[in-house]
Amino acid sequence: MKNSPDHISQLVDEIYRKESRRVFATLIRLLGDFDLAEDAMHDAFKTALEQWDDKGIPSNPRAWLISTGRFKAIDRMRRQSKFDPLHAKQTRNIKADIADPSMQVDKKIEDDILRLIFTCCHPALSSDARAAMTLREVCNLTTEEIARAFLVKPPTLAQRIVRAKAKIREAKIPFQVPPEHELPDRLETVLQVIYLIFNEGYYASSGKTVTRLDLSREAIRLGRLLLDLLPDPEVVGLLALMLLHESRRPARTTPTGDLVLLEEQDRSLWDPDMIEEGLSLLKQAFTSNRIGPYVLQAAIAAAHAEAKSPDTTDWSQIVGLYSLLLRVNPSPVIELNRAVAIAMRDGPEAGLNEINTILDRGELSDYHLAHSAQAELCQKLGQTKEARASWERALALAQQNPERRFIKRKLNELGR
Amino acid sequence: MDNEVWETMSEPERQIFMDECFSYDKELKNNGHYAGGEALQDAQNATTLQWRSGRVSVTDGPFAETKEQIGGIMILEAADLNHAIRLLSKHPSLRLGRGGGSWEIRPAADLAAMIKESEQRKKG
Repeated sequence: MKNSPDHISQLVDEIYRKESRRVFATLIRLLGDFDLAEDAMHDAFKTALEQWDDKGIPSNPRAWLISTGRFKAIDRMRRQSKFDPLHAKQTRNIKADIADPSMQVDKKIEDDILRLIFTCCHPALSSDARAAMTLREVCNLTTEEIARAFLVKPPTLAQRIVRAKAKIREAKIPFQVPPEHELPDRLETVLQVIYLIFNEGYYASSGKTVTRLDLSREAIRLGRLLLDLLPDPEVVGLLALMLLHESRRPARTTPTGDLVLLEEQDRSLWDPDMIEEGLSLLKQAFTSNRIGPYVLQAAIAAAHAEAKSPDTTDWSQIVGLYSLLLRVNPSPVIELNRAVAIAMRDGPEAGLNEINTILDRGELSDYHLAHSAQAELCQKLGQTKEARASWERALALAQQNPERRFIKRKLNELGR
Repeated sequence: MDNEVWETMSEPERQIFMDECFSYDKELKNNGHYAGGEALQDAQNATTLQWRSGRVSVTDGPFAETKEQIGGIMILEAADLNHAIRLLSKHPSLRLGRGGGSWEIRPAADLAAMIKESEQRKKG
């Protein structure tokens, strides 16, 4: 069958979107270098555009692209090794285990994506570098897109990626999925990276608007990809958590970009499909006998999602879940959230006592939400003077414009 | 060595500096003071292991706290970083003391090519 060039270029585009990460990941394993693999992958797709027109489309395009990319890399290195003896050694090191061009080892190729994820999220890289590498190499976002999402200048982000790649090469971070006994620790780092990306999109830490759609969507996509490759209960939990948070996005801000608190959100705006998927994932996670921090956080998000109105929220259950979460993951921020839930269950005074205890310890004195929560409860108890002082402390610490506007509104409500 | 200073140096300045370093290394060797050593790569490529809440924590970068003391150096042969982490994670010193100890892992640097170039410059 003769294919028109237009049809071929459309098809190659489609295959690029679907397969480029797999081809890339396998080429990293075979060539042992990120930059070499990237060049080889682009060479392979270029060759596909040139040759498929005449020679027809191979029966297994992915295998064809991998093997073509590998040959292109060897070619490239041979040419370079004429000038540089170091490259000659590298050429000899290229792994030969794709001698079979039919490449029916799909399992191994799926594992390569997982290897790529674990390499990009290696704990020896800084957490900024892990997120940037994961978005660049696993999600295939451009440096400019990632820079814009993280509100840094493109050259800064490019530098971060160059340094991370240099470290992977120089410190010999291997292209591996960790063995089973190391998996829980290393998976924790991967989940942290995905959740950090999600939160960067959800609560942009600075800037004009609170939500940046793309990063949260990328994080959910990553969560799905990871779950496909590694069906661990905590991966299920993280995906459920992200979906349940994301379901509230349309209700979280007003059209002018002002924050709307959970209590005041129009629950009819919550996305029912995301909630349904989140709840069903959570059910699946609870069938495991190992309940980790992400599953517990998802369960808390689910308790909110299931309540038709703030009054019908099961606050006892939420307090209980926070107590469990504190046991697996002791943190003052979780304690603060538990205190707020206690206020909802037992009344503002009980909650305020908890918050005062936490703030007295000093750990959260720079955390604006601790002061906001304190202010809110004081206000409910009619302690206007204390409430104003707390709102003012919160305002001094808050960075984002919508949050600052929210606090100012609260201060105005209190009057003078 | 201050990396920021190094970054601002021109190539000829760097060459002169490296030549001086290698000459002095040779002097130390010739007068019998040099007992061994290994060049290390940039701190950028360092990895730190610490004992945190009953388990090994792996973080990027060199020791963060200047008050930490270097207790010694050890030269290890490892296949890759994960192998090195695995070997050092079992080292009892990591668990010693209040809050545990720490190890900084740095890849060795191969200076052979630089030394050769420096020799050639001196000849030429």
